[in-house]
Amino acid sequence: MSMAFFFQQLLNAVQLGSIYALIALGYTLVYGVLLLINFAHGDIFMAGAFIGYFVATFLVGHGVGWPWGFILTLLFSMAFTAMLGVGIERVAYRPLRTAPRLSVVVTALGVGLLLEHITLGALGASRRNLPPLLPETWKQPVEISILGENLNFTWLKVLIIVISLLLMIILQIIVRRTKAGMAMRAISYDKFAVPLMGVPVDRIIALTFILGSSLAAAAGVMYAVQYPVIEPYMGLLVGWQAFIAAVVGGIGDIRGAMVGGFILGFVQIFVVALGQFPALSFLSSTYRDLVAYALLLIILVVRPTGIFGVARRQKV
Amino acid sequence: MLLSVKDLRVKYGNIEAVHGISFEVEEGEIVTLIGANGAGKTTTLMTISGLIPPAGGNIIYDGQDLLQHPAHKIVEMGISHVPEGRRIFGNLTIEENLRLAAYARTDKEQIHKDLQRVYEIFPRLGERKKQLGDTLSGGEQQMLAVGRALMTRGRLMLLDEPSMGLAPILVREIFEILREINQQGTTILLVEQNARMALKLAGRGYVLETGNIVLEGTSEELLANPNVRRAYLGG
Ligand SMILES: Nc1ncnc2c1ncn2[C@@H]1O[C@H](COP(=O)(O)OP(=O)(O)OP(=O)(O)O)[C@@H](O)[C@H]1O
Ligand SMILES: [Mg+2]
Repeated sequence: MSMAFFFQQLLNAVQLGSIYALIALGYTLVYGVLLLINFAHGDIFMAGAFIGYFVATFLVGHGVGWPWGFILTLLFSMAFTAMLGVGIERVAYRPLRTAPRLSVVVTALGVGLLLEHITLGALGASRRNLPPLLPETWKQPVEISILGENLNFTWLKVLIIVISLLLMIILQIIVRRTKAGMAMRAISYDKFAVPLMGVPVDRIIALTFILGSSLAAAAGVMYAVQYPVIEPYMGLLVGWQAFIAAVVGGIGDIRGAMVGGFILGFVQIFVVALGQFPALSFLSSTYRDLVAYALLLIILVVRPTGIFGVARRQKV
Repeated sequence: MLLSVKDLRVKYGNIEAVHGISFEVEEGEIVTLIGANGAGKTTTLMTISGLIPPAGGNIIYDGQDLLQHPAHKIVEMGISHVPEGRRIFGNLTIEENLRLAAYARTDKEQIHKDLQRVYEIFPRLGERKKQLGDTLSGGEQQMLAVGRALMTRGRLMLLDEPSMGLAPILVREIFEILREINQQGTTILLVEQNARMALKLAGRGYVLETGNIVLEGTSEELLANPNVRRAYLGG
């Protein structure tokens, strides 16, 4: 494998991995505080992309271009999607706090279907493209020469990676360094005792949904910029993949979600990349997901709680 | 009267665990609630803290009806609760556990001072600030649990079996500190199975038996009572 080829695939992998990681964080955050797999989360990602689409259309229509058009689209989509996430928690999940686990899981699946079909009913099945938020040149390959090797990259990929990393750093600061983040971690350890510390648990849970949903929205907007297909079912496959990334990393663990996202990105990209070599041609893109998931299953067989996960002690 | 509990009934599902008990705690007192396993002591404290909704009765604290408030508000109103089994957050450090307990407070400087005070009272916690809760010994965890209650700056501290699982020397140490905390102005409602220690510390006590208060009196009276001696003091 040539250096240039490897570098290019590495960039692809990190970029895809960052998007998975952003979505996986939402699964893991919510699981951490509620022990709930929020199966509607992939559709929150879809909603984020759609909201981004409308904001971008409005902004571009009013002559707001690069860079503010992009930045505002990202921020507004994050804000509106956060509200959506909090609303879903309030209406669908909170009344079921003490209900059996299965009822909540079914509710989450139902909320996902609802989001898909509301979108389908209101906006139709046709695929949409984001209006141009970035200069066209950002999507074109740029060649640089390092150590005599010509390396290709696009500024768009770099942008997606940088924004994702920035968001992950901000999340880490919130979770590690703020009082609310401390409360989030405490809830994930022992929900029972948290109110005795004077912590308003409902508000912390709402904050968790704000964080998870806004990260998914950012992923949705960036995904839509990179792969221009916004449609009601776009959250299904991506959502499942991010969920798997969260499980592989160890669901409930924040580092795990990030690492899991990047691992999945790497595996998927490199399975396809290796398939381009004649000797490995059986690794065509048809098998991309098969090989990727087989590898991930192996990780789970070796470490059932995921890479960073620890077996949860049973709590009363 | 700082705390007044009237006809409190608490149910788990269809089973009533506390059958209409009444008791009172005056500002500045140490009052103890003693009773055997399953008597309903923990249930009573959790109901006062707002963790369990009662099936009937009243809880009045400082003139306010506690049943109108969620648990985290009750902490803000001045009731701190050291729960049964300590409930230390094992994934947080000692210092984070203590800071979390000051969640509702905004007086940064006073929080810092209180933190120093906890470290003075329990030097062992001060030496291990950055250590995770999970890695503490049982005794250290109990100190941390009391330290957390101090950080909430309650006027009334509810303690659920602070002696559980501790060596006698540590129990004496903790009880000595409770006495000091009380002398500095915190009212204490102490739940204990270790009736002898509890009655030595407290001024008054109530005896809870399967959800009913069967006896009450000053500590001297209870210590002298033949029934109490037989049932709780080993003869
Ligand atoms: N979550 C629960 N669900 C059902 N019953 C419960 C629950 N918690 C406690 N009980 C019952 O309520 C009664 C009182 O329990 P509680 O924990 O208040 O007793 P306790 O006096 O604190 O006992 P111990 O000294 O053993 O801690 C017991 O019969 C217990 O089985
Ligand atoms: Mg108890």
